[in-house]
Amino acid sequence: MKNILKPLLAIGVFLLAFTSCDNSKKSDSRSGALAGNVAEKVYVAPGEHDEFYAFVSGGFSGQLSVYGLPSGRLFKVIPVFSQDPEKAWGYNEETKPMLNTSHGFVPWDDAHHPDISQTQGVVDGRWVFINGNNTPRIAKIDLTTFETTEIIEVPNSAGNHSSSFVTENTEYVVAGTRFSVPIPQRDMPIKEYKGNFKGALTFISVDPQDGNMDIKFQLIMPGFDYDLSHPGRGKSHGWFFFTTYNSEEANTLLEVNASQNDKDFIAAVNWKKIEEYVNNGGGTKVPANYAHNVYDDETHSATSTMKKEVLVVNPAEVPGAVYLLPTPKSPHGCDVDPTGEYIVGNGKLSANLTVHSFTKMLDAIENQKFAGDAYGIPILNFEDVLAGTVEQPGLGPLHTEFDDKGNAYTTFFISSEVVKWKVGTWEVLDRQPCYYSVGHLMIPGGNSQKPWGKYVVAMNKITKDRYLPTGPEVTQSAQLYDISGDKMELLLDFPTIGEPHYAAGCPADLIKSRSKKIYNLEDNKHPFAVKSEAETKVVRDGNTVHISMSMIRSHFSPDNIEGVKVGDKVYFHVTNLEQDYDVPHGISMIGANTSELLIMPGQTETFLWEPKQEGVWPFYCTDFCSALHQEMQGYVRVSPVGSNTELKWSLGEEIE
Amino acid sequence: MKTTLKLLTVLLVLLFISCGGKEEKKEPFDYGKKPTTSEKPVEKKVESKDLASQRVDLTNKGIGPITSIVLGEEIDQAMVVHGSDVYKKMCMACHRPDKKFIGPAPKGVLERRTPEWVMNMILNPEEMVQKDPLAKDLLVEFNGSPMANQNLTEEEARAVLEYFRTLK
Repeated sequence: MKNILKPLLAIGVFLLAFTSCDNSKKSDSRSGALAGNVAEKVYVAPGEHDEFYAFVSGGFSGQLSVYGLPSGRLFKVIPVFSQDPEKAWGYNEETKPMLNTSHGFVPWDDAHHPDISQTQGVVDGRWVFINGNNTPRIAKIDLTTFETTEIIEVPNSAGNHSSSFVTENTEYVVAGTRFSVPIPQRDMPIKEYKGNFKGALTFISVDPQDGNMDIKFQLIMPGFDYDLSHPGRGKSHGWFFFTTYNSEEANTLLEVNASQNDKDFIAAVNWKKIEEYVNNGGGTKVPANYAHNVYDDETHSATSTMKKEVLVVNPAEVPGAVYLLPTPKSPHGCDVDPTGEYIVGNGKLSANLTVHSFTKMLDAIENQKFAGDAYGIPILNFEDVLAGTVEQPGLGPLHTEFDDKGNAYTTFFISSEVVKWKVGTWEVLDRQPCYYSVGHLMIPGGNSQKPWGKYVVAMNKITKDRYLPTGPEVTQSAQLYDISGDKMELLLDFPTIGEPHYAAGCPADLIKSRSKKIYNLEDNKHPFAVKSEAETKVVRDGNTVHISMSMIRSHFSPDNIEGVKVGDKVYFHVTNLEQDYDVPHGISMIGANTSELLIMPGQTETFLWEPKQEGVWPFYCTDFCSALHQEMQGYVRVSPVGSNTELKWSLGEEIE
Repeated sequence: MKTTLKLLTVLLVLLFISCGGKEEKKEPFDYGKKPTTSEKPVEKKVESKDLASQRVDLTNKGIGPITSIVLGEEIDQAMVVHGSDVYKKMCMACHRPDKKFIGPAPKGVLERRTPEWVMNMILNPEEMVQKDPLAKDLLVEFNGSPMANQNLTEEEARAVLEYFRTLK
């Protein structure tokens, strides 16, 4: 018996092994096929290009990062409000003025809401605007060079948060204050906030040709917090909508004190009306002090101009220009659908999503159905302007974007999800979890008249276990969902730079063909540019030494310099003579109290070196430029103070 | 103990030998130096004939946009002025007109190269150094210093070529 049993058992085990093996194979291949399907959707083969650009704010990094979608690959971090030693932004002499403010040089900011310029309500890919939240500023990035070319400071503002959104022909980029403050700033008791502090909503005009920014007017509003904003579009073009909280006008413990009112407001501003008023001489010019910093692509240098006056408008001066729409519970995001009819107030402490109707708002205004006023600004009845409510879609609604099929997508911070709902019927269609605690979301063109509704990017506040751990501080995260079908599908997680507050996206074709490859040497108007090695020189002026140097694969000219003395201020003005795509050179000097320079073909940049010790000190190229990159180096001889070493410079004297 | 002593002795002797007899040397060392002309004149001659920069090839047109150039009978002086100007701005950083610098001197280049080859080398250097046998050898001869593409227009490259005709 035992003898028979043994082989039977063996066969049994054998069979079991086979079946279980088979089973596991099946389940493996199933999940493998699924995973493969998702992977294919985000796979961009080596050498191929992504379909969309995504410009993702860096939050407390102060910068703007450029990603490709659907791959989630990072292409560039554009320095905006923070110094960046990699690119010498804010370190070289040319870009230091870009970070100038009325408070002096401010080398950091909190960059929040990028928005791409629009023409006729469609994203046009010319510029990205982004706000500096802390020391109020608006920056403009030129999408031919992917460089910050203009920064304007916003006076009378503090916590520049309901910014920097553009109207549908980029007539204005708008910057609303989060904190209300005394206007003008003055020494006064904080507890006298109520009624005395004001909130400035700033309309910055954008020149349609060169994009030059100029403050057209500031609307001086009641002392609420102005949280977010979006322009009207289509039928509501000419209006701008701002969410407010702290309509209680509390100045302490806002966590409690600013959550007392059942409803705060969305402020609807008819900017066309105010523009007309201002164009006819309306408004008051008041003293101010703010920096306007402009970078010129031909001088490769920035200039900072302090402006001393700003035009302010009191809403009471322009009847019919501003109304308040009651909106439940501290609304955060303020989003307008592609038709311009619906204004979504994402009441972050509310269980429901409130959607206002632009048409109903106009009716109520026409019929003068007001519920009262706040500091002379008419308040409309909630019921009169309400288009509908998305009932209990989730917890903690923050932001809404739109696709091109009449759907809206709202993030819910507390319940950590994106919810898709139908505009007009207000029914919830789908929901997908976010990992974790999503803030903003972005659909390319999703805040314009023409969304490209293929993907939504969710930007999350908390990452926890999603990636390999990196100590207490972990990266923040974005998640990509396919929204082309009825149900959303999570495709990809990718890490981000700093905290991604918002993003702007558009099809790559709008931008990539216009992307500049080199700076034309002929057009270089930098005062210390050298256009050939024949022009290189070293000039002493007192204890200042100007070195006009060139670089090309793979040498500096000059590369031997003598006659510099301890205590001199030595300016290296370095021109990259290359005229070929993707051949930058770098330069760094031992002991220089600044960063390297990274110089693009045809460009001139300058760093300051103040030698403190005598000796012979080397400099070298920091960007691997050719097979002879390691040979790209030079020396400066530093003599003692008062020595008679002759000022001399040379290149290759021994070469025969 | 005995072994240690022996070893020490050997080391000491070695030290003495290596110390002796090289006091009047000027260069700290001469390992790997290219032989000077005085040392091996015959070899040098052979070598220079083999150099890509000295090689004469008046059939190779190179690889690039230029397939056929007809040089005028007379040198076009207006074009020479323009070409010389472009050359000063775009080429001088690596090419001295009449002596070897980072790259070879253009002096007499049309006695060694076809005009098409010269223009293709200016206009299409990346592909030339990868595929053209002469350009490949030149890259080696000049220490791997790549010929930079300075993005000249065809018209500018043609003017530079005309300027080269004056360098004899």
